[in-house]
Amino acid sequence: MIELRDVSFRYDDAPAAALRHVDLTLPEGELVLVAGRTGSGKSTLLGTFNGLVPHFSGGELSGDVLVDGASIRGRAPRELAHLIGYVGQNPLAGFVSDIVEEELAYGMEQLGLDAQTMRRRVEETLDLFGIASLRSRPLRTLSGGQQQRVAIGAVLTMHPRVLVLDEPTSALDPTAAEDVLAALARLVDDLGLTVVVAEHRMERVVPFADRLVLVEGAEVRDGPPAELLVDSLVAPPVIELGRLAGWSPLPLSVREARRAKGSLGDLPAPVPPTPTTVAPLLTAKGIFVAYGSVVAVRDVDLIVPAGQVVALMGRNGSGKSSLLWALQGTGKRRAGTVDVRGQDPGALSSSKARSLVGLVPQTADDLLYLETVDQECAAADQQAGAAAGSCRSILDRLAPGIAGTGHPRDLSEGQRLSLVLAIVLTASPPVVALDEPTRGLDYIAKAALTEILRGIAAEGRGVLLASHDVEFLAHVADRCVVLADGDIVSDGPAAKVLAESPAFAPQVCKILGPGWLTVEQVAAAMA
Amino acid sequence: MVAPQGLGGRGAINSVLPRDLHPGAWWIWALGLAAGVSRMVNPVLIGLIVLVACFVVMARRTEAPWAMSFRLYLYLGLLVVVIRVVFRIVFGGDGGGPVVFTLPSIPLPDFVAGITVLGPVTRDALLAALYDGVRLAAIIICVGAANALANPRRLLKSMPPALYEVGTAIVVALSLFPQLAESVQRVRRARRLRGDPGKGVGSLRRIVVPVLEDALERSMTLAAGMDARGYGRAGRASRTERLLTGTLMLAGLTGLCVGTYGLLDSTAPRFLAWPMLLLGTALAVGGFAAAGRRVERTRYRPDSWRLGELVAAGSGLAVAVLVHVIADRDPLVILTSPGSAPLLSGAALTAVMIGVVPAFLTPPPVLDPMAEVRA
Repeated sequence: MIELRDVSFRYDDAPAAALRHVDLTLPEGELVLVAGRTGSGKSTLLGTFNGLVPHFSGGELSGDVLVDGASIRGRAPRELAHLIGYVGQNPLAGFVSDIVEEELAYGMEQLGLDAQTMRRRVEETLDLFGIASLRSRPLRTLSGGQQQRVAIGAVLTMHPRVLVLDEPTSALDPTAAEDVLAALARLVDDLGLTVVVAEHRMERVVPFADRLVLVEGAEVRDGPPAELLVDSLVAPPVIELGRLAGWSPLPLSVREARRAKGSLGDLPAPVPPTPTTVAPLLTAKGIFVAYGSVVAVRDVDLIVPAGQVVALMGRNGSGKSSLLWALQGTGKRRAGTVDVRGQDPGALSSSKARSLVGLVPQTADDLLYLETVDQECAAADQQAGAAAGSCRSILDRLAPGIAGTGHPRDLSEGQRLSLVLAIVLTASPPVVALDEPTRGLDYIAKAALTEILRGIAAEGRGVLLASHDVEFLAHVADRCVVLADGDIVSDGPAAKVLAESPAFAPQVCKILGPGWLTVEQVAAAMA
Repeated sequence: MVAPQGLGGRGAINSVLPRDLHPGAWWIWALGLAAGVSRMVNPVLIGLIVLVACFVVMARRTEAPWAMSFRLYLYLGLLVVVIRVVFRIVFGGDGGGPVVFTLPSIPLPDFVAGITVLGPVTRDALLAALYDGVRLAAIIICVGAANALANPRRLLKSMPPALYEVGTAIVVALSLFPQLAESVQRVRRARRLRGDPGKGVGSLRRIVVPVLEDALERSMTLAAGMDARGYGRAGRASRTERLLTGTLMLAGLTGLCVGTYGLLDSTAPRFLAWPMLLLGTALAVGGFAAAGRRVERTRYRPDSWRLGELVAAGSGLAVAVLVHVIADRDPLVILTSPGSAPLLSGAALTAVMIGVVPAFLTPPPVLDPMAEVRA
C-alpha cells in the first residue's frame, strides 16, 4: 500500500539526515506500529507518507514514495487527502470547525461529495466510534478520548485507504486509550484499512500490531513485532520480562506472557517495604477546589512524607491538576488548609510559596522564555535569590551535558523537562510536584526521570506526581492516591493500589499477580 | 424520502416541527424592522417595535451563548438614550417650548461663541434628544435581535462559495481566540511558579514570548491538519477564467464606488448615479458567480430556505415597506414633532405589529439537547 524506495531526508540547517536510505513496504490491511526513541524521526517518517514532509516541513527529500502503486513525489498533502488520512498529535489543535458533526463533514466538503453521501458517511462514522450522542456537542467540551475519536472519524469519512496516526493515545488515560485502540483495531478487522500508528507507550499497541517499524538513528527496520523486539532499544515491560526469562518466541500480550510464566518457577514474592513513619512535609486537610458551580476537588486530605514519592492517579479530568495547583498555593482553593513547615503556601507571596512547594506544570515550556539555557539558569538563580551557578549545577546533576548556549526549545523533551525541574529546584522547596511529566518521553528517558525523582526523594524532599502512566509509576511511586470525580477513592502503598485496580495495574503485575510491579523486581528475585 | 401525509405534506409539517431557521431570514427580518425605525420619530411606534423584537427573541431564541447576549444590546440601547439626553442637557441649545429647569450656565470665552454649557433646558430640547436616542437604541436592539436569533457560524456557512475562504478564516479565528486567552492565562499562572513578581516591561515579554510561541505552533499544526484534510484542493481554474473573474470583480467594485459617489453628490451627472450603481452591482454579482462556479466544494447539511424563512423575512420586509408608504401618505403619524403629542393610526399600528408574526408562524428552534439531559 505504501512503499518507500531509498528515501533519505534532511531538514534545512540540520547537520545530520533525519532519515537515511529507507526502504519500506507496508502491505494493505495491516496495523503497523512505528516505534523509536524521542526525536528519532518517527514523525518525519509518518509525514513522508502523505507529503507533509517535505511539503510542509521544508528540507530535502530524495528517493521515491509510492502510495497504491503511484509515486506521490511533488504532490501536496491536500491532493492525497482522499487516499491517506492523517491525524496529528494534538487533536484539539487540528480541529477546523467547532461542532462534532461539522468536523466529521469538513474533509468531505473539500472533496466535493454530494450531500446525501456526506450525510450517510457522517452517520456511519458516528456509529462506528460510538459517538452518536455527541453529534451536536462543541468540540472543546469533549474529553480527550472523545476528541481523539472525533479526529480519527473526521479523516475516516473521506474513506482513505491508509490511516496515519501520530501518538494517538499519549495524552489519554488507560481506559480512554483502550477505547481509541479498540476503534482502530476494528477499522483494520472490518474495513481492511491500513493503519500506521506511532506511539511511545508501546505496551498499549504491541498486542494489536501486525508489523513493527523501528526507527533507530535515522535508519529503519521492519518486520513482525516478536522478531524485532528481541533487540530493540525501546520495549514495553512485557517484552523486557520475556527477554529476561528467555522466552521464545517473545510473548507480545499479557495473555501470552501469562501462559508462558510457568517456566519462571516459583519466585519469592517481593517484600513490600516496611511502612516507616516519617514526618510529613506537607499536610493538606479538607481541600475543596471549585470553578463556578463545578467542583473539581472535594474534601481531600493528603500527606506527603519526607523522602517519598506520592502519585496522584485518575482519569483525565478527575481533579489531579487542580489539586496540585491548589497545594502549591497558586491555584485558588475554596476551603481547606495546607501546612508545609508550619506555613500555608496559599497565604504567601508567589516567591515564598515556591520555596515551600515547587511545581512543574503540565506544559512545562510555559516557564521558559529566554534565548539560551545559560540565561534561563541565571534568571532562575536571581529569582530564587540563590548563589550564582546554583541552577546550572542542579541541571548538571539531573541531566549532564546540556550545552549552555543552546536554545531551550531545541532541547529534547526530556532535557527541557530537566531544565524546568532544575529551575524549580533552585528555590530549594521541600516538596516538588510534577504534573504529567512523562508526556512525550520514551522508555529510556522515563528511566532517567525515575532516577532523578528517586534522587530528589533521597535528599529528604517529598515528591508529588500526577500521572496516568502506570508503568512509570510502578517504578517511581511509594504511595498512590487515586482520584475520581474530585474525591479520593483509594490511598495506600503503590504495590497495593496499583494491583487492586484493573485499569491501572502495570503489565508485570497483570502477568505475575499482586505484589509484583517491575521487571527489575523479577530480575532481583531470579538472581 | 417519504413526505409526511395527513397534515398537508412536507412544507406544512416543516413549519410546525422544531428546526433552526436560516440565519439570513432572521437578519432580513431584523434589518426590515430597523429600516422601519430609521424612518420614524414617533416614540410610541418605536417603543412598539422594540417590544415586538423582544417578544420574537423570547419566543424563538435558543440557549446558545450568542442568544444570551441579547440583554447586553438592551443595556447598550438604554445607555445610548441616557448619553443622548445628558449631552443635550450639558450642551443645551435652544429647542423651543417651555423651560423645564435651569442649570447655572458656565460662561465660555468669546471665540467659542454659539456653544453654551448648561443653562436653561427646554421641554422640546429634552424630548427631541429623547426621541433621537430612542430611535438609535431601537436600531441597535434590532441588530441585537438578529444576533440573538441567528447562529453566526451558520451565517458564515451560508455565504456564497466565492467567499468560502474568508468564512473559513473567520471560523478558525473565532475558535483560536478562546485558545489564545487560555494560553495567556496558563502562562501567567506558570510565571508565578518562577517567583516572578510580574511588574515592568520585562514581565510583559515573559508572557508574550511563550504565548506567541504557543500560538505559532498551534497555527502550524492547524495549517498542516487542514492541508492533510484536503483544504484548498478544489481549484482547477484556467488562466483565462481567473482573469475573467478578477476583471469582473474589479470593474464591479469601481462601478459601485462611482455609483455611490454619484448618488451622494447632487452636482454629479445623473448617469453616474443609479445606472452606474446597478451596473457595478451586476458586474460584482457576475464575478461572484464566476468565482463560485469554479469551486468544487460541497456543503454538508446546508440551511434550506422554506416557508418559515419566507414568513420571517417577509414580515420584516413588510414592516419596512409599509412604514415608508405610510410616512409618505400620513407623515404626522410617523414623524412626531417634539411640541405635539404622538399621533397613532390603525394602519401604522398594523404595520408595526406585522413584525411579531415570526413569533407564531415560524418553527420553534431546536433546543440544546444537553438541556433535556440536565433536566
